[in-house]
Amino acid sequence: MADYDVPEIPEDIETPSLEPGTMGHLAPYPSVEKHMKPLGFPAAKVDNWQEEGIEKLGSMLEKYKSLQVFLDICVKCGACADKCHYYLGTKDPNNMPVARADLLRQVYRRYYTAAGKFAPGLVGAKDFDQETLDKWFTYYHQCSQCRRCSVFCPYGIDTAEITMAAREIMDAIGVGHKYTTEIVAKVHEVGNNLGIPKPALKGTLEFLEEDILETTGHDVRLPLDVEGADVLLVPPSADFFSEPHIMSLMGYAKVFHQAGISYTISSVASEAANFGMFIGSFEQKQKIAKRIAEQAQDLKVKRLVVGECGHAWRVAYSFWNTLNGPFDYLDPRYPAPQHICEFTHDLYQQGALTFDKEANDEYTVTMHDSCNVARASRMGPNPGGQFEIPRALIRATCNKYVEMDPETIREKTFCCGGGGGLLTDELMDLRIKGALPRVTALKRVMDQDGVNFLALICAICKAQFTKVLPMYGIPMDTVGGVHQLVSNAIQLGAKKGII
Amino acid sequence: MLTLLAYAVLGIFFIGFGRRLWIYSQAPAPLLIPTTPAPVTRLGVMGRLFREVVFFESLFKGDKLAWIASYLFHGALAVVLIRHIRYFVDPLPALFAHFQIFGILAGLAMVGGLGLLFLRRLVIDRVRYISSPSDYLVLLLLIGIGVTGLAMTFLFRPDIVTIKEVMTNLFSFSSLSLPLFSFGDALFILHLSLVGLLLVIFPFSKLMHMGGIFFSPTRNQVDNPREVRHVNPWDGQK
Repeated sequence: MADYDVPEIPEDIETPSLEPGTMGHLAPYPSVEKHMKPLGFPAAKVDNWQEEGIEKLGSMLEKYKSLQVFLDICVKCGACADKCHYYLGTKDPNNMPVARADLLRQVYRRYYTAAGKFAPGLVGAKDFDQETLDKWFTYYHQCSQCRRCSVFCPYGIDTAEITMAAREIMDAIGVGHKYTTEIVAKVHEVGNNLGIPKPALKGTLEFLEEDILETTGHDVRLPLDVEGADVLLVPPSADFFSEPHIMSLMGYAKVFHQAGISYTISSVASEAANFGMFIGSFEQKQKIAKRIAEQAQDLKVKRLVVGECGHAWRVAYSFWNTLNGPFDYLDPRYPAPQHICEFTHDLYQQGALTFDKEANDEYTVTMHDSCNVARASRMGPNPGGQFEIPRALIRATCNKYVEMDPETIREKTFCCGGGGGLLTDELMDLRIKGALPRVTALKRVMDQDGVNFLALICAICKAQFTKVLPMYGIPMDTVGGVHQLVSNAIQLGAKKGII
Repeated sequence: MLTLLAYAVLGIFFIGFGRRLWIYSQAPAPLLIPTTPAPVTRLGVMGRLFREVVFFESLFKGDKLAWIASYLFHGALAVVLIRHIRYFVDPLPALFAHFQIFGILAGLAMVGGLGLLFLRRLVIDRVRYISSPSDYLVLLLLIGIGVTGLAMTFLFRPDIVTIKEVMTNLFSFSSLSLPLFSFGDALFILHLSLVGLLLVIFPFSKLMHMGGIFFSPTRNQVDNPREVRHVNPWDGQK
């Protein structure tokens, strides 16, 4: 492992003074032909990239109200400046949301506003030149699209929208990001982000069934491609692959088993994640989402349930209905789609599940709200259900639960540092520093309250924290899913089926 | 001449402002992107926008100093504008006749708020970094308007009777012209010119935040994607 500069964990989250250029060196690996072509992007940087990029920006202004309004109305008040985990962790001024957005706004002003055409210096307009493009590639890949800045902006300017737009423009001129384009290409080819083919998936599920039978004595099924099941379960593919993700998958399976609801996983739609969002492309988002809707129809299921994955839940909850056409083939009595936490919580409230809290007595738990769930979606009928429902599940399955600093949870939650398509090793330095605010709040409850379990509902958070927390001296097994706690506490066979 | 100029300035302002709002209203919103937790009803969204516009709710959460300074400025500006009705309406409704003292205090508060915003921009390294010359100049322009206004009240009084006569007849192509006999009269001409300049740059600047906020998708959308299907207008499928 390379040597990384891991910051000291401070007592409290501090707003640093600016240190220009600290992260200027850290651009991600550029994409190559093999990953760009399948997505319909130019194989390499096109010759007339300046013209094309400027033109693309113009066409996007006519397609996205968010972009047009956000580029116009920022007053540079700076309320967002100290809200970004990447700025707090890196001190690089280009990681202040307003400065990040300005990298695009400068170009917008130069070519699409009167002031920028006639007096660029006055209004901070800049040419779309190589230097600007380099900055775009660097700093638009240092934003995890977490939307924390949009909570505090007096006009709701959402830097995620700006970042997505900039990435879409760069893709259109052949300047792509390897990690995200490679993954999208893999989804189209194999069906999931990790490239797990059907035989391997089948093997994994069978192994898990045996494992659960051995440890619990109950024949809990993890069915694959079963036509006519009631529910299509769409987890993030990491749930099939690695710890601690897989523990949550076992949790989902036990819930279905105990409630007596038939379900299936699909080998074609074996991935809830939708990296189309990270590269900003509506078309890719739609293409990736469609294969799930098509599987739901092919397998003739009545309900769609999404596993523990943050941005996937945003896409599923907020976008699927738009992207996939009406869900008129699903059972209208249930929300379409449903989050696994909503699903389990409903069953628990109906009395279909029994939990033994003592099974989790070794843990003192705290909850990290994932950004896309917290600030871009909902669970249940009421605003804020995305905070209450996972917490209700934790409280139902654990005796010891504490909250972190209220400035760092719920809609003010800090990103894990690995979201938005940045969960790649070449950005490790950024990921470590971006995790600092969350680590600071976590460390405090670990020291004060003996917290030893960080409950998550996002595959990216899980992958990021298992890698980064140990660098801060926090054990890897502190990290786990909400359904891991469910899995530990659920009483199999005690009561079966919905009352 | 003065009438022509007034028409030109107001024309640029209203047509420019209206054009921007038209662009904002016509730009499609392909996906639902409210910053959540968000209201789940249209009425709730109206409440959210009301709180943003009247109380600067999000800014209050984000930056207390910026909130105090900008609230002082915007609130005081509203009072000052109401007070200015007396210069355009004849006869003046009784309600406004007793408004003088509030208006003058508000004038002071307005310049104070602007001064705070200016200082904050200079002193806080983060805000200084993101400031363009135009960000300072807009503040200076507003301060100029406030200071010339206050100076006419406290230092050099212009010929207010003639000025009011000119202003109430501004749009009727009368042959009246502004008085220029005293230092106060000159101040008034400066005050009026700065206001004209402000109106002219308004549609081309960040001042569009005044209208733009109502079109911000993260604030004006209802959080109901599962209940009501949102259709992307430029998506091929229906």
